[in-house]
Amino acid sequence: MKKTYKMENLDCANCAAKMENAIGKIDGVNECSISFMAQKMTLDADETKFDDILDSAQKAVKKVDRDCKIIR
Amino acid sequence: MTKSQKIDIGKICISAVLYIIGFITGNLWFFIAAYAVAGYETIFESVMGVVHLQLLDENFLMTIASIGAIYCGEYPEAVAVMLFYQVGEFFENYAVNNSRKSIADLMNIKADFANKLIGGEEVRVEPEELVTGDIILIRPGERIPVDGIVTEGSSSLDTAALTGESVPRDVEAGNEIISGTINLTGVLKVRVTKPYEDSTVAKVLDLVENAGSRKAHVEKFITKFAHYYTPIVVGAAVILAIVPPIILGWSQFNDWLYRAMIFLVISCPCALVISVPLSLFAGVGSASRQGILVKGSNYLEALAKVDTFAFDKTGTLTTGRFAVTSILPEAGLSEEDFLRMAAACESLSNHPIAASIAACFDARTKESAAESACAPSDEVTDYEEISGKGIKCIYNGKQVYFGNARLMSDVGASYKEPSATGSVVYGADDSGYLGCIVVADQIRENCAKTLAELKTLGVKREIMLTGDRKEIAASIASEAGVTDVLAELLPEQKVEALENVLAPSDGGQEKTGRLVFVGDGINDAPVLARADVGIAMGAFGSDAAVEAADVVIMTDDISRLTAVMKIAKKTMRICKQNVVFALGVKFAVLILGAIGLATMWEAVFADVGVAMIAILNSMRALKL
Repeated sequence: MKKTYKMENLDCANCAAKMENAIGKIDGVNECSISFMAQKMTLDADETKFDDILDSAQKAVKKVDRDCKIIR
Repeated sequence: MTKSQKIDIGKICISAVLYIIGFITGNLWFFIAAYAVAGYETIFESVMGVVHLQLLDENFLMTIASIGAIYCGEYPEAVAVMLFYQVGEFFENYAVNNSRKSIADLMNIKADFANKLIGGEEVRVEPEELVTGDIILIRPGERIPVDGIVTEGSSSLDTAALTGESVPRDVEAGNEIISGTINLTGVLKVRVTKPYEDSTVAKVLDLVENAGSRKAHVEKFITKFAHYYTPIVVGAAVILAIVPPIILGWSQFNDWLYRAMIFLVISCPCALVISVPLSLFAGVGSASRQGILVKGSNYLEALAKVDTFAFDKTGTLTTGRFAVTSILPEAGLSEEDFLRMAAACESLSNHPIAASIAACFDARTKESAAESACAPSDEVTDYEEISGKGIKCIYNGKQVYFGNARLMSDVGASYKEPSATGSVVYGADDSGYLGCIVVADQIRENCAKTLAELKTLGVKREIMLTGDRKEIAASIASEAGVTDVLAELLPEQKVEALENVLAPSDGGQEKTGRLVFVGDGINDAPVLARADVGIAMGAFGSDAAVEAADVVIMTDDISRLTAVMKIAKKTMRICKQNVVFALGVKFAVLILGAIGLATMWEAVFADVGVAMIAILNSMRALKL
């Protein structure tokens, strides 16, 4: 399942890249693409685990940049 | 400017002032104060970073670098690192927000409200609340909220925001109108045909916003590069700090530590990582301002490398609207009478060629205001369509036939093939051949000019694909200036024919250029799939085309192809300039730093200065 989310306080392009990498490694994620300019994240992941994956993604995001948040 | 941006500027100014006073007085405390003001947030963040095990965080690296400088006794430089780091961050932030805002302004095409008519009363509602069938009122100066059809009124619409066209479009009752355009002169009553989320405006906004998710190769390269660059440079810094002192003696430790700190300052690839998406985003934004929707920055990248264009003929190189080019009746029959007969019979057919004959008759009668021009269809009875061949009917008591050559052979009429190229409609009655009308598809106005311009932009081959006859294809081809013609193709054959033309004849040449296919997108799925970039033209309201294509040109103007190629090339050139410049300077300073010929000042420039220059360069893409 592919869904797009807006992100808040995504200020650093390097951070976006790190987050993309980290989220891509989460179990069940097929692809993650973060557009730093548009402040959007596109997540393609296993439908059955989607909510859990989103939780893990949020944690990964917070680790890289404390202020940054995925708007669900 | 936001509040946090104002605080940042304040911080920078205070720190700078303290710094300058420090230089003037030589008092250490001013340097310490300047350092504290500039760096408190960075130091705090780096401590938090360590807690979360984010060791290669730029905050941490900058903090270590400046502490290292302090240890070496280089107090002014330590402050410089922190202070200029703040300046760089502020600038990056400002530039990114600026670009985001300017693209958002470009895309300010959504209407804030709609005037819904309920039982004759006007109610102000959100555009999203409208459903198909609602009647809305649009006054001059208001933006059209959703797609619909005009039921009452006439006006001019400013479509510039969507199409880039400066000439307003006239509309009247019965015309379809597109959301996102501005009503200029008259009041319009409109019946809604699509709710907001299916309307053109929502689709365009969606496309432009999501263009950033399809990453270009250069973006992926930068991300991967940055991923390895930072650890490697930091690793090198550690080695530089420890190994030479071990070999050459610990008395030299300060020297080597200083050089290692230089490495740390340059270890952040921020300039690159920001400037590339920034320029691509700006390029996509510039394109949308000209009515060209690019669905992904990867397509912009591909367009810059295009060397082969494939065009669908009808509707792309030609207008798709037939017009009568010659009327050739047999001896004894006047042109007007023959045309009137043809128009009368053909007016009952749905075929576009029939429509053009009827239109020609209408146009002529309007011109001459002939009294004999009264409802021609009244004189026609027993109308019958013969599929694949034409029509037959009874006109003024006589059985007549209009159609192609096959129909003529069937009824035994000895027709004469005209010399003019085009689709031919022959006419005959029971007594014999009556004449023919030649109808041709008009080539688009700036077609030849555009194709010539594309050649100057590096396109080596321009291929025309069509299902039409060879003669028609050839005549359009020579007028347009295409290099290869593939005619009489059935839809299934188009891909194969294209492949055959593209295959290198000497077998040894590698294809490095990209293939673009331009068409109306609806029934060209296999060719679109084969192409590296599929472009749909004149997509006003055509859902299928918008879905299938990678790039959508919102108007019928074929010269937009040149515009998008130029934008693509310039954007990619800016990207490459930034990559080469940033990497070049960083490596140069790394090497100079390692051998002791560079100071922290050069390192700061290599980091902050380079970032600022790269970002400014990227913003050039907004002005395309």
